[in-house]
Amino acid sequence: MRASPHASLLIAAFLLLCAATAHASRIGDLADSPIWAQALRFFTFQDPSVRYALIGSMLLGVSCGLLGGFIVVRKMALMGDALSHAVLPGVALGFLWNMSKDPVAIFVGATLAGLLGTVLVGVIQQTTRLKEDTALGMVLASFFAVGICAVTMIQRLPTGNKSGIDKFLFGQAAAIGANDVTLMAVVTALAIGTVWVLYKEFLVTSFDPAFARVCGFPVKWLHHALMLLLAFAVVIALQAVGVVLVSAMLITPAAAAYLLTDRLHRMLLLAAAFGLGAGATGCFFSFLGNNLPTGPCMVLGATAVFALAFLFGPRHGVFAKWWRRRSQSGRVGRENTLKALYHVLESRDFKGEGVSLRELAERRHMTAEASSREVQALRRNQLATLTEDGNMVHLTPEGWTRACVIVRNHRLWELYLTNEAHIASDHVHEDAEKIEHVLGEETVLQLERRLESPTKDPHGRPIPSLADLRRGAAVDRRDELVGYGRRI
Amino acid sequence: MQPNESLASREATAPSSTPPASVFSPPISEPPPLEIHDLTVAYHKKPVLWGIDLAVPHGKLVGIVGPNGAGKSTLIKAAMGLLPLSSGWVKIFGAPIARSLTRIGYVPQRESVDWDFPVNVMDVVLMGRYGRLGLFRRPSAADRDKARECLDKVKMLPYANRQISNLSGGQQQRVFLARALAQESDLYFMDEPFAGVDAATESAIVALLHELKDRGKTLLVVHHDLPTARNYFDMLLLLNMRLVAFGPTELVFNHETLQTTYGGRLTILSEVAEAVRAKASQ
Repeated sequence: MRASPHASLLIAAFLLLCAATAHASRIGDLADSPIWAQALRFFTFQDPSVRYALIGSMLLGVSCGLLGGFIVVRKMALMGDALSHAVLPGVALGFLWNMSKDPVAIFVGATLAGLLGTVLVGVIQQTTRLKEDTALGMVLASFFAVGICAVTMIQRLPTGNKSGIDKFLFGQAAAIGANDVTLMAVVTALAIGTVWVLYKEFLVTSFDPAFARVCGFPVKWLHHALMLLLAFAVVIALQAVGVVLVSAMLITPAAAAYLLTDRLHRMLLLAAAFGLGAGATGCFFSFLGNNLPTGPCMVLGATAVFALAFLFGPRHGVFAKWWRRRSQSGRVGRENTLKALYHVLESRDFKGEGVSLRELAERRHMTAEASSREVQALRRNQLATLTEDGNMVHLTPEGWTRACVIVRNHRLWELYLTNEAHIASDHVHEDAEKIEHVLGEETVLQLERRLESPTKDPHGRPIPSLADLRRGAAVDRRDELVGYGRRI
Repeated sequence: MQPNESLASREATAPSSTPPASVFSPPISEPPPLEIHDLTVAYHKKPVLWGIDLAVPHGKLVGIVGPNGAGKSTLIKAAMGLLPLSSGWVKIFGAPIARSLTRIGYVPQRESVDWDFPVNVMDVVLMGRYGRLGLFRRPSAADRDKARECLDKVKMLPYANRQISNLSGGQQQRVFLARALAQESDLYFMDEPFAGVDAATESAIVALLHELKDRGKTLLVVHHDLPTARNYFDMLLLLNMRLVAFGPTELVFNHETLQTTYGGRLTILSEVAEAVRAKASQ
């Protein structure tokens, strides 16, 4: 298990390339300098006392984020939680091995305890009527209880109270040493390597395990391999994050990544990056706050990333959804106003171009104030102009075209429903009211071809043709330009 | 009793228990695509399938029909080796399942997967190539071309880059079909491919199934709609925990067998069968 420390040194050396000259003072001594100066010192590895802590935090962030991605898409978040709590007795056992914080002994003990916990969950599930969530909850709590008792007893031993084993509960990145970093680097490399080599296999077994078995993949073994890697990731994270919160480092970065992308490989990359970021910032704030427990700081960092993804994600974010709804409802409102203006013009056979606010308000069954607001919205979008006294509305060329498009969509759809779907002509209006705003240009052309370029809708009103749209002319009055002949 | 023991003793003592369908002998000397002998499957010690004996001939489109809980899905899952057998054996083209997996194509029930999974349509169809690639190897450009070709066959090529949750039920089913096509198998198992799809997709799927059959493939399709079963399939397999009947549709689709399959519960269905028969004989 113990690889040479060269691997970690190599990583450290690479990261140090970008660092300025090192000053050998603790970051705590700089408490009076501004926060950005401290951050600069911290993240450029200038402070030798925090180097191991920072590198370790980043490594654990990467491995937890990467494997957490699979936990999230396989809906095994609770399993991660149970696994992380079940490792505590193993930590105590590893410590008792030679009464010191030997990383390898603790690693082995914790991994074994974690795997024993997951096996027990499986056994309870298969031999009783209990379901997975109950079995998980039970095993999680009882292993954790055993662990707490063992850790407390170790602390009462004469050599135990200085051991720092209590730090395994809430995590202390400062306790990470050179050996720990080596182990973390090995596990992270193993995790990245395995996911790289077995990406296709993990993808298909996560999405559709039955299909994967028909493809001939050893689904059970792949599952066990993933669980083993997961146990490794949890165990290397213990020192810095602590037993209580380590499952959050699995789940939260991956959950944030899940909200931001629709492809698994991108999600895994993002989750690893978020884990790295959360680990590094958590470590920083822990040192800044005079050795605050690191675990909570990292988890809060990851939660902040999640909150940002939740609020500002480009596709699934709350803000993006709100913006889409808002701009869509704004567009629908404007298009309805344009349509009403068209109807007013049509009702007087396109004689005269201006429509008074009162006519519009009557048409829309609205108060004059409301229709005035609608016209203002058209004006802001350069679809209509208002006379100086604010009474008459005139369509701009673009407004005229858009109005024709909407009316055309509406009437073609009504005709399609009556002719092709055989729906009574007095039942088609409501449907067309909704669909007219979302029909694409291509679909409308198809409709027109399908209906053999009709000129009248089911109610006998003329359908504006594409040629009318281009010329800006009114239907049935092809010689006269409407809408922008004389703008006031 | 060990499965091997039962296999040996059965073969030794009951050579005469040939499956009922063996009268339709394969046109070529290759062993039948699917041969099932004395298959019993149990969930939690409660049997769901009892003593199934069956041999499916080459190049047939077979509908598996039966009431809810008759074990239709269980039968095809057991035939693909996805479930532990309590007794009996299954052979695919004369070989044990593990050795003939590359010859099997599978369309699972649409609800069996999470459609919010972060993959797009192309990713799902490419999975059809995974069985041929085996462990470690990644899909090549040729595999991508094949996947695109299969997507085009189900008219889903324009949706190749869509995330799968943005598809309608019928489109999701087409994606699953494209994935099965990409497997390029000889024997297809399909679990309710018509469930919850629109009429256009249903007829497109039927056309596709017939095309596959005409190319010599053998297809077993779990189907829940009795009236259409008669028109869609060459052969019907009526199932209600036991094998009620298996044979050409026109022989199997009659009042008695349907009554046995569905029991007294579904008299409407046998009436439907009568009506369909009457209409057909006109």
